Amino acid sequence: MTDFLPTAIQVVYLVAASLFIVGLKNLGSPATARKGNTLASVGMLLAVVVTLLDRSVLNYQLILLGLAIGSGIGAVAAYKVAMTDMPQMVGLLNGLGGAASALVAVGEFWRLRGTGDIPVDAIITMILGVLIGGVTLTGSLMAFAKLQGLISGSPITFPFQQGLNALLLIGFLIGSGYLFVAPENSIIFLGLVSVSLLLGVLVVLPIGGADMPVVISLLNSLSGIAASAAGFVVMNNMLIIAGALVGASGLILTQIMCKGMNRTLSSVLFSAFGSTNLTGGGPNVTATDKAVRTLDAEEGAMMLGYARSVVIVPGYGMAVAQAQHTIRELADQLERLGVDVKYAIHPVAGRMPGHMNVLLAEANVPYPQLYDMDDVNPEFERTDVALVVGANDVVNPAARHDTTSPVYGMPILEVDKAHNTIVIKRSLNPGFAGIDNELFYKAKTVMMFGGARDVVAKLVAEVKQL
Amino acid sequence: MEGIIVGLSVFVLASFVGFEVINKVPPTLHTPLMSGANAISGIAVIGALIVAGPHDWNVAVVLGFIAIILATINVVGGFLVTDRMLQMFKKKEVKA
Repeated sequence: MTDFLPTAIQVVYLVAASLFIVGLKNLGSPATARKGNTLASVGMLLAVVVTLLDRSVLNYQLILLGLAIGSGIGAVAAYKVAMTDMPQMVGLLNGLGGAASALVAVGEFWRLRGTGDIPVDAIITMILGVLIGGVTLTGSLMAFAKLQGLISGSPITFPFQQGLNALLLIGFLIGSGYLFVAPENSIIFLGLVSVSLLLGVLVVLPIGGADMPVVISLLNSLSGIAASAAGFVVMNNMLIIAGALVGASGLILTQIMCKGMNRTLSSVLFSAFGSTNLTGGGPNVTATDKAVRTLDAEEGAMMLGYARSVVIVPGYGMAVAQAQHTIRELADQLERLGVDVKYAIHPVAGRMPGHMNVLLAEANVPYPQLYDMDDVNPEFERTDVALVVGANDVVNPAARHDTTSPVYGMPILEVDKAHNTIVIKRSLNPGFAGIDNELFYKAKTVMMFGGARDVVAKLVAEVKQL
Repeated sequence: MEGIIVGLSVFVLASFVGFEVINKVPPTLHTPLMSGANAISGIAVIGALIVAGPHDWNVAVVLGFIAIILATINVVGGFLVTDRMLQMFKKKEVKA
């Protein structure tokens, strides 16, 4: 009976891992998604509770204190966060997971150093744990800072950036090699920790806002792999399995996002988007040498109100202005007039996978009104008005024909094929990709300048009078 | 070394399971899937519990304690925020 407890713990871990798998499977379908999330959280609870029974876990007061503090902060954050801030929230949570994994590796290093005997395989796993966890932590913090506007969302580059990264990586490898010779050398180990943290910062720094969906999903994947690495450190299959599942799901999302931009992962990571594109005189010059037609709210309302079909194309500008509720109101008013209203969602619109869907769901937009890019593109030719709200690069027609454009080859929503296109935008400033959008200068395009929420609110007021 | 190999087998097989299980996700669920998966990655809390386990005060235990807090924020925040999002989807489906 002495080994009953460890066996029971392993069995419960197996149950928990199964719950994670079933939960993730259910998360993939709208009807079962909520149940899936609940199943996964039950799995997590089981895993935590049964770990507390482990004979090596004795420090109950401290542990319960930690769990209580974490739960409190987590719960408050989850209920307080605005849906528009979801990309930051997910980014930050990714980072915390990475941090925890890295700390597990560092903590284990200190424990083994205390015993004076660090086996070779432990060194390998600790180095990996520190590297992946560290990069996930600071990479996510950088993504968070960019999304929160704490630092500029545009690519930040400096000379020899790639060289520096390569140098750091080589330094990391040399340091790792040295650790095998002198495993007790904590200076070297802390050096490896610092290099990992620095690498995370440097990798995300040159990545622009428009590439954030790719970065967030990649960091999501990394946070899973970091958990797996921590699992290797403490030799626990539960962590390895759960981490691998998350790693896989994050990678799938990363792939989908890359496909949505027609870019390879390496081009997202290693060449700052739009940074090679010098627009010469900048947005002001391009704005004056090409004609743009503008529209006031009354004319806009007429155009929309007397249309048969309207397709609304939301982008990051909608999220920034928190305009989703006002847009829903506009759609309601238009439907009252008998207009057929659809929403067209580009896979990489916004700053994370599914960003627009979440916001429109918050505004109670019925799910069947949301159309994916492939389904809605053939519809534009039959659409009277395409209403673009705060989207830019995902509707740039240059992607179809201009081989010199950085967006060339990216699948776009073909709003220029609609009979008329109304673009609501704060100014003519180029999007995050830093490129001018020829859509704005087309004969069928009219612009309404202003914050998305103000402009749409004015439209709602005018449409009400029709 | 044997431990690493066993762990590696588990890791590779679990990755394949992950790929198979999540291969087709509608765009509406991209965000909830991501934040739900993210909460699962907070499983590092198990590792943190083990590191913070010994009943004395040393660097390892302190680091483990911090790791417990961070991972628990990840777990609780992740699952709750995912549920909040999915609740919105639910409400809307009934209406539609």
